[in-house]
Amino acid sequence: MSEPGKYQPYSYFRLMEVSLRELLVEKGVLTEAQIADALEDMRQRSPERGARVVARAWVSDSFRRRLLEDGTRACEELGLDVPALRLVAVENTPQAHNMIVCTLCSCYPRMLLGIPPDWYKSRSYRSRAVSEPRAVLSEFGLLLDEKTIIRVHDSTADMRYLVLPMRPAGTEGWSEERLASIVTRDCMIGVAVPKSS
Amino acid sequence: MLEARFRPGDRVRVRKAYPLGHIRTPYYIRGQSGVIERVCGAFGNPEELAQQRSGEPKQPLYRVRFLQKDVWPAYRGNPEDVVEVEIFQHWLE
Repeated sequence: MSEPGKYQPYSYFRLMEVSLRELLVEKGVLTEAQIADALEDMRQRSPERGARVVARAWVSDSFRRRLLEDGTRACEELGLDVPALRLVAVENTPQAHNMIVCTLCSCYPRMLLGIPPDWYKSRSYRSRAVSEPRAVLSEFGLLLDEKTIIRVHDSTADMRYLVLPMRPAGTEGWSEERLASIVTRDCMIGVAVPKSS
Repeated sequence: MLEARFRPGDRVRVRKAYPLGHIRTPYYIRGQSGVIERVCGAFGNPEELAQQRSGEPKQPLYRVRFLQKDVWPAYRGNPEDVVEVEIFQHWLE
């Protein structure tokens, strides 16, 4: 463990990152400003974007249908650019619950949810989400009825997934903004469901 | 771009092969049978792209739906639970 104030040598990967970055700048491939801009761009992406999409689908049935039909185009309607990949929105219903994993690496809809949580990239989540999803969900505190069908989506190639959760009871008459506030990152990965309180 | 040989609802089997290289077909699904859920479009072949080649011709990509109880013999849960995986056409037969 690192102690505050104590000198720690760079780890292998940190050293590789710094060396590569400095070389790219030195050789004129990239500028430091470009790297800083790219980092800022990544930081700006957060689950609030995905929550806006979900809230819109809850208040507008026609948007909901377009989202399920072509997720990328529906996001463009909200001014959200999801470049170079296809977004597939999967809808939770009283009969079926959806959850997302990437068993091969850590494919994740970053443009809508930002940087993935560490557990999403862990070997344990990646292997167990496909083989024992119910046990994994219960560890997240989500206990599903035995009758509920679980659909696990393994994003192995060029698609990215967003779970469209069910709008909870007790949110009638809420504004789109207020609805978006209860849609958390985990709800859109499918390891949680939104709650009205 | 290659023509899509399968349509939604078609029954397919994933090739049970273990070539070296950058393969986007997970081990656990090789040799399994499922049903085409949708055609996703055509994309550069990742096995070629990983070797710095062009990835052309583009390969049709499918979402294939498998019953969990077929994939994991000891699976516990609803018998209708499914796992859906993206698989390139050259891995399907």
